[in-house]
Amino acid sequence: MRPLPIERARLQELIAAGAQLVEVLPPEEYDEGHLPGAINIPLKELNRETAMRLDRSKPIVVYCYDYQ
Amino acid sequence: MSPRAAWRLASLGFEHVFDYLAGKAGWSAAGLPLEGTAAVDATAGRAADASVPTCLLTDALQGVRARVRASEWRQCIVVNEERIVLGRLGRRALERDDEQTVEEAMTEGPSTVRPDEPLAKLLARLERQELETALVTTSDGRLVGVVLRAQGTILPSTSSERP
Repeated sequence: MRPLPIERARLQELIAAGAQLVEVLPPEEYDEGHLPGAINIPLKELNRETAMRLDRSKPIVVYCYDYQ
Repeated sequence: MSPRAAWRLASLGFEHVFDYLAGKAGWSAAGLPLEGTAAVDATAGRAADASVPTCLLTDALQGVRARVRASEWRQCIVVNEERIVLGRLGRRALERDDEQTVEEAMTEGPSTVRPDEPLAKLLARLERQELETALVTTSDGRLVGVVLRAQGTILPSTSSERP
């Protein structure tokens, strides 16, 4: 299924509904600051094995720093 | 970067994948908190005084002037019904007694700062530019409040008059 781009209002609805937040930046950037409750899976390490940390039954929201 | 991550998850069979494109910059610019080692406690958003008077473009200017003069403030922020900042009535506009409308009297497009700006950095800039206040809005233009340069030396609650 095609990933959907979302704005902040929709993000907050998804968080309230139990979505999993994933920051895909490197660990040092995640450590400095991340959205509350987000986990870190850097893009370079995102694969079948690391994705096992995620619950397939819940929505997943990925983000990085900005529109880059 | 996040679009590629979203597509990679889709390729791994995840069905409900969303991409928050504005990222953590967009999140914190909206005045929402981040967790982490560099999270700043003293920010423009937290220091902003939300009690600054506001008015609508359609308000009667004489009434606005009387309301602001009766307050401790010397400015009024012009907003729409959704609190999006449209302009600012400063000291000069408020002290006159002419028959202008709010729209004619206001300064268009006042400069603003984002809520996640560190307070110390903002106060230093106000000092350097000899400005008394900074208008704080979210990234979508919604009024958060006003930071006073005097907050660098005195507590807001001890000030009797606000610029």
